[in-house]
Amino acid sequence: MSFDVILSKRLGDAEIAAAFAGGEGATVLFGPSGVGKTSVLNMVAGLLAPDSGHVRVDGDTLFDAAAGVDVAPERRRAGYVFQEPRLFPHLRVRANLLYGAGKGAALDGAIDFLGISHLLDRWPRTLSGGEARRVAIGRALLSNPRFLLLDEPLSSLDRARREEVMQAIEHIRDVRKLPILMVTHDAAEAERIGTRIAAM
Amino acid sequence: MDGPRNKSGVTEMFGVGHPMLTPDEWTIILLSLKVGAVAMVVTLPIAFALAWLLARARFPGKLLVDALVHLPLVVPPVVTGWLLLIAFGPRGPIGGWLMGWFGVSVLFRWTGAAIAAGVMALPLMVRAMRLSIEAVDRRLEGAARTLGAGPGRVFWTITLPLSVPGVLAGAVLGFARSIGEFGATITFVSNVPGQTQTLPLAIYSALQQPDGDAMVWRLSAISVALSLAALVASELLARRAGRGLHVF
Repeated sequence: MSFDVILSKRLGDAEIAAAFAGGEGATVLFGPSGVGKTSVLNMVAGLLAPDSGHVRVDGDTLFDAAAGVDVAPERRRAGYVFQEPRLFPHLRVRANLLYGAGKGAALDGAIDFLGISHLLDRWPRTLSGGEARRVAIGRALLSNPRFLLLDEPLSSLDRARREEVMQAIEHIRDVRKLPILMVTHDAAEAERIGTRIAAM
Repeated sequence: MDGPRNKSGVTEMFGVGHPMLTPDEWTIILLSLKVGAVAMVVTLPIAFALAWLLARARFPGKLLVDALVHLPLVVPPVVTGWLLLIAFGPRGPIGGWLMGWFGVSVLFRWTGAAIAAGVMALPLMVRAMRLSIEAVDRRLEGAARTLGAGPGRVFWTITLPLSVPGVLAGAVLGFARSIGEFGATITFVSNVPGQTQTLPLAIYSALQQPDGDAMVWRLSAISVALSLAALVASELLARRAGRGLHVF
């Protein structure tokens, strides 16, 4: 079982609650904007502390309010692809990709399928939206993650770019076999990527 | 009319007749640069630490710390100088300690001038640095955490590089302010040629002399040029910080 998540969090007037569990493949959190899907990803990644509940991935407890467990985000090994790429503006694409890869790491063939090898010496601000998104996915993958968190990975991309990124995600799901937790408000995306769908 | 009378007052004032600076004037300028540079370098880490605290930390009494840091900006400089004199005097808490342990005193010394300059420059430096730290997108820090970077690495590889333009802008501004320091310096360490007589103090002394006009003009021109260069440099760096760009 890859994800085993039950959590709740009060943010202002809103109560965010989510409970889902799933095996191999991609779990899609599906629901309208504003119900707290991104907050759930942040809580799984350790960037936001839930009020109660637990987060377990592959049997490892990352957070458990009752047991007082709260693993620091840098030790959770979440490959988090944010809704906006969040590339580091002061580092070139190559340094962005290798940021989480550890000392002395080199780019290997693991991210060839993303088609970004011609962008390595560019600055992030010169990338198109689709390029930046693919670099962000590559950066997350190269950090040797235990699981992947994808927040609306296809939003604000044109049709051709969407297809590219969609195929990249399917590659990660089917070839790399990383557990994926993806957030979307698009039913067609949810259908295509999701091995199972949790509605919020 | 003949001789010197033919010279207009303006060329006289600009020192066209004596385009070179005298050795005394060079001493004054080099001393000012030394005092300004040392004040800035020593104040830099203190200012950055305070800027960091004010930008990021939450602690009781933060408002008071904020006010204390800004105090030299609004208190009459002569009061700041007098307080420094009390603190660093032979019987003062810091002066007594320096004398007891190291046998040194900063009174009437260039080191004292640098202390006065640093204290007066602190608020300006903290302000510039605080703004640049606050401008760093914290979501980038979150992204770095998920990529395996602990808080220390996030600071050194993300927060600090992204705030460097603002930090440098603050440093340059602090340097310029240090060179211009007058009131606290003359109160604290007096006006000793070769030790504490920086540009503004030398200009003040020259103004008291009947034949000091040419020197006043030359030193003032140099002061204005240094200040202008520092402000332009600081503004250019601050703009880079505002756009989140790297400096190098």
